Amino acid sequence: MKFFHLIWGNLTRKKLRTSLTLLSVLVAFVLFGFLCAIKQALVGGVELAGADRLIVRHKVSLIQLLPESYKGRMERIAGVAAVTHQTWFGGIYQDPKNFFMQNPVEPEPFMKMFPEFILPPDQMQAWLATRTGAIVGRKTAERFHWKVGDKVPIMSPIWMRKTWEFDIVGIFDGAKKGTDTTSLFFRYDYFDETRKAQNWGTGQVGWYTIRAKDPAQAAVVAKLVDQEFENSPAETKTEPEGAFAQGFANQIGNIALIVAGILGAVFFTILLVTGSTMSQAVRERIGELGVLKAIGFTNGQMLALVLAESCLLTVLGGVLGLGLALAMTSRGDPTGGMLPMFYLPARDVLLGLGISVVLGLITGIFPAQQAMRLRVAEALRRM
Amino acid sequence: MTSLLHWFAQIGSIAKFGLLSIPQRRGAVAATVIGIAGVVLVLVGVLSIAAGFRRAMTASGSPDAAIVLRSGSDSEMVSGFGRNETRLIADAPGVARNAQGPLASAELFVIVNLPKRSTGTDANVPLRGVESAAVAVRDNLKLTAGRMFAWGKNEVIVGDGAAREFGGLEVGGSVKVGSASWPVVGVFTANGGVAESEIWTDAKVLQDAYHRGDSFQSVYARLNSAGAFQEFKDALTSNPQLNVKVLRQSDHYADQSVALTTLINTLGVLIASLMAVGAVFGALNTMYSAVAARTREIATLRALGFGSGAVVVAVMLESLLLALAGGAVGGLVAYLAFNNFHAATMNWQSFSQVAFAFAVTPALLVMGVVLAAAIGLIGGLLPAIRAARLPIAAALREL
Repeated sequence: MKFFHLIWGNLTRKKLRTSLTLLSVLVAFVLFGFLCAIKQALVGGVELAGADRLIVRHKVSLIQLLPESYKGRMERIAGVAAVTHQTWFGGIYQDPKNFFMQNPVEPEPFMKMFPEFILPPDQMQAWLATRTGAIVGRKTAERFHWKVGDKVPIMSPIWMRKTWEFDIVGIFDGAKKGTDTTSLFFRYDYFDETRKAQNWGTGQVGWYTIRAKDPAQAAVVAKLVDQEFENSPAETKTEPEGAFAQGFANQIGNIALIVAGILGAVFFTILLVTGSTMSQAVRERIGELGVLKAIGFTNGQMLALVLAESCLLTVLGGVLGLGLALAMTSRGDPTGGMLPMFYLPARDVLLGLGISVVLGLITGIFPAQQAMRLRVAEALRRM
Repeated sequence: MTSLLHWFAQIGSIAKFGLLSIPQRRGAVAATVIGIAGVVLVLVGVLSIAAGFRRAMTASGSPDAAIVLRSGSDSEMVSGFGRNETRLIADAPGVARNAQGPLASAELFVIVNLPKRSTGTDANVPLRGVESAAVAVRDNLKLTAGRMFAWGKNEVIVGDGAAREFGGLEVGGSVKVGSASWPVVGVFTANGGVAESEIWTDAKVLQDAYHRGDSFQSVYARLNSAGAFQEFKDALTSNPQLNVKVLRQSDHYADQSVALTTLINTLGVLIASLMAVGAVFGALNTMYSAVAARTREIATLRALGFGSGAVVVAVMLESLLLALAGGAVGGLVAYLAFNNFHAATMNWQSFSQVAFAFAVTPALLVMGVVLAAAIGLIGGLLPAIRAARLPIAAALREL
């Protein structure tokens, strides 16, 4: 640490060059943070999935419905602790661009199944007391400036092909940072009663969520459920919530690969810029480095001196860049609804800091070796 | 006139100095060129995804091809018609006819779970039930392997893109729908259009399998001419027995592609702009050191009577040339790496997969080169001004 002054002095001797390099490193880390947030938004569902929860859907496709009567049969299967269901409503609020999910659910079992949705107890009571009541996540409530007590008209092109009206009785928050609070949930009994008039779909639901008594037995439970409904008109496919979310993310494409590809290009570029700056800095200082060696600096110290300089540069850029990325992403989804889980996770911030150190080591290593291998007499001649 | 020529000669000789000294500064120069190439590569690469998706979606549908949906439906998935309605639509004025009757196909559009070849996980593959006019109402539909499915039988033909992306979709393979297994008897292409992502079967067969009674979701029609569209549309929308939305097929699919292409384009431009800012800093660095290394030469030339304007232009020219070299490299690598790269993604409007190929279009390449040039000019401007403002006497004293 006693050499900090020397390292800092070396960095600040060419202020313009150092700040330009610093800025390009900073930009790279802003991009890193931003892309990590996008990746999180697209694949984050996988890690938020409950380890003991399973999704049961129609084997042929997600758009086909399952009988509501399956609930009782599932509850009797060994290893099943709880069962609840949801159905895709696909409603439109004012404009199709205002996309968010709305599903009819059975309030009590639903809220027990998904403890990550936090609803004040009085609002839960109000929901149980109001047949047309609906609860909505914080993000969507803020997006459309809805308050408890508002009446919200939502047009469903699938169900009844009419505009349904819901009373907002509660606004829920997420227990974890990435919890999706963009959905609206309303009562299944109201839904099922109303859709009787269209003579289609009554008594059928979209998909089930099962809680296994023991997460370790989840795979066994999944097999038992699928066996139960084998050879029936509506066969099922059961898989852990995480696998379901992963499969869904895979439908969009190989996001991790695309993000890694872009970041690879970005860091390679920055590596070149910083690396050329560092070697230039060392070349210019060969005489001084010779003096340092002459007065007794060891090879190791020379190496450390140059590496510390390059690392200081990249880590400073990394910290500033990641800080800026955190600030940029903290305002949430930039697309207005398409990426509800858009945020920069702490894990990726740490990864970014790690990368900034590695970047410093790689860009510094060649100039540092050059400095270490200096022959004193030769270097001094260049003074 | 001679003074202008003179000026150009000055620029030429200063720029020549700069270019000839590149080998001495090859590290920094290579860093700049490759840095700019990286920016162009990412810009063109990301935008080629959107361009390819859009191309696949809009390759379908000539101006005389129309699609009819229930009004209020954004996609076929949520639309719905009874048999009576589809008959009224097929018999509407403007619909072309042949010996078998009107060129209109009432269709069913559902999805079926099939594993994606690349990941092995389930994907929502579009499964379409069609009537006999289906081939005639679309452009350039061609069977490339096997044969057409037999009407009334549990057989399917699959689009070329679907065959490539999803497991089991080759002639001789089969699609499992519930407990039944439907053999794949043919593979077709549709000029790169969205139909290539689909599996086709007889609408009647699909109605039974998906318990849809005698209902459909859309009607595809071939009109007498492109001009007949308005007549067809007016006849349907003014018919009190119908409640429909009439679109040209091309417009319908273009609408479907808007959300995703906008998202990709926004992200692509955002990422590339940030990278461009980084590359500008890199270029500034290189050009500043280029100028610094040549302080004495420039001062000497200025002392000999070279104008400061000529110095500015020459330095910017050098920077521009380096940037254009970077842009060309980036564009070329993007073209080689991404053009025609096959992928499939989810189209949220129809909740189903669309197979497409990345498209590195000439417009994207031009955009990449323009961006590179902009980086070069901005990166060259400040160092150029510094070079021009060098105090001659002080610089010469360094000799």
